[in-house]
Amino acid sequence: MSIRLEKIDYIYEPDTAFPVHATDHVSLTIHDGEFIGLIGHTGSGKSTLIQHLNGLIRPTSGKIYYNDKDIYGDGFSMKELRSKVGLVFQYPEHQLFESDILSDVCFGPKNLGLPKEEVERRAKHALALVGMDESFYGLSPFELSGGQKRRVAIAGVLAMEPEVLILDEPTAGLDPKGRDEILNQVKKLHEENQMTIILVSHSMEDVARFASRLIVMDHGKVQFDGTPTEVFRHYKELETMGLAAPQVTYLMHALKEKGWDVNLDAITVSQAKEEILRVIKKK
Amino acid sequence: MIRDITLGQYYPIGSPIHRLDPRTKLAGTLIFIIALFVAKGLWAYIIATIFLGAVIRVSKVPLSYMVRGLKSIVILLLFSVVFNIFFIRDGVVLVQIGFITITAGGLIQAAYMAVRLIYLIIGSTLMTLTTTPNDLTDGLEKSLGFMKKIHVPVHEIAMMMSIALRFIPILIEETDKIMKAQMARGADFESGNLIQKAKAMVPLLVPLFISAFRRASDLAMAMEARCYHGGDGRTKMKPLRYQKNDKIAYGILLFFLVLMILLRLVG
Repeated sequence: MSIRLEKIDYIYEPDTAFPVHATDHVSLTIHDGEFIGLIGHTGSGKSTLIQHLNGLIRPTSGKIYYNDKDIYGDGFSMKELRSKVGLVFQYPEHQLFESDILSDVCFGPKNLGLPKEEVERRAKHALALVGMDESFYGLSPFELSGGQKRRVAIAGVLAMEPEVLILDEPTAGLDPKGRDEILNQVKKLHEENQMTIILVSHSMEDVARFASRLIVMDHGKVQFDGTPTEVFRHYKELETMGLAAPQVTYLMHALKEKGWDVNLDAITVSQAKEEILRVIKKK
Repeated sequence: MIRDITLGQYYPIGSPIHRLDPRTKLAGTLIFIIALFVAKGLWAYIIATIFLGAVIRVSKVPLSYMVRGLKSIVILLLFSVVFNIFFIRDGVVLVQIGFITITAGGLIQAAYMAVRLIYLIIGSTLMTLTTTPNDLTDGLEKSLGFMKKIHVPVHEIAMMMSIALRFIPILIEETDKIMKAQMARGADFESGNLIQKAKAMVPLLVPLFISAFRRASDLAMAMEARCYHGGDGRTKMKPLRYQKNDKIAYGILLFFLVLMILLRLVG
């Protein structure tokens, strides 16, 4: 199971006076079970790139393979691809339309043509995965808080039981509690259900904490691709792209300058804590 | 697919036409339309063609943009041409099969009608391509200001128009986003019969309406927070003033109109 992109080129409005090159010959392979953090400043082509992965937009040139099958080849079922590669857009709560929550979550599996019992089973399972119990089923989406609405919307995608889950800034506009809830649930899906996760985020702390692989986009190109530790070593270059390294990285560099013998590769708060304690004990 | 709407799409480029006062362009479009209906005879059409061609040239807008606007009237155009060909009996008979009679006069009339309609659309498209929607409503508000005396809420109408125009691209983008979000959940907007297609629109329309209402309410709040209270006593940051170029433009327009009237009287 993998998604392979070969030289994906996408140009917005190619025959007008203002063509925009959104992705520029991007080649990538996404393996099974990875947790990928995708970062880049606004307009770097992240959102365009992820929409290619489930065939929502067709590249101007280049090929996309899902399990080594060309998704624009003959006999490839787009519907099946979209059920295997779930995409949660930014502010997904804006897509809720049914009068109650359970029916809205049922929309996805119903579109797959499954029998009614299976549709309900999947919807209830998906709602349970995002921590919404039975008492919520009959409520209107308007009766929920922002964080709850978003979890329902994510359940709407999970109900299709995808193998790959792509989330475009799932925590934008949420308070710290709502943010942690969503990220921890995503982590749980990755660990317990072996789901492949692609997390688009502007928070370096979040990707450092959760992702095992980081992809950095700038001007439609992949600039860095590696483990978070490797990528954040380039924090100077990241800054020129309008990004940054986690705060902790800066702290470690500052400590090093003061003569502390710390390991600069600490990128999360807990790693930094261990490092600092180790150095203090040695003294 | 939804991006093919030319009317109301401004083409941002600096040209003498772009810099004209919107009132001049509104009046100019009106004069051009009147002139087209006054036009009679080959010479009048040649002059109208030269006039339109020159304005397009000066505006620096690619011709393809105007041609795109014509797509919407293809059917209307075909209708009027066919009717003119078959029903005008004038001059030499060219073809006669049964009850169908095609005359030279009919053909000429049909050609004139087609040219007239095409020029009409190109003329008004040219105005919207060279004037920002905001300028356009400003111009309309000022030109129709006299109607305030008979209690027509000109300012309010102009404000509503400019807000509506401003919202078109936002709503198009929003539609695109919601459509994709629902397609990611397996929605299918293309296949099925008419009823199935209409049903498939529900997951698109409901969120779209909710978002439109939310935006409208946010905008109303933001306007009130800045003490908006309607048109009375409101001044403008950039009041419309006629420049030298506008006077020249009016001169050319009048000359053009008089010429067309003269050609009709002579011909």
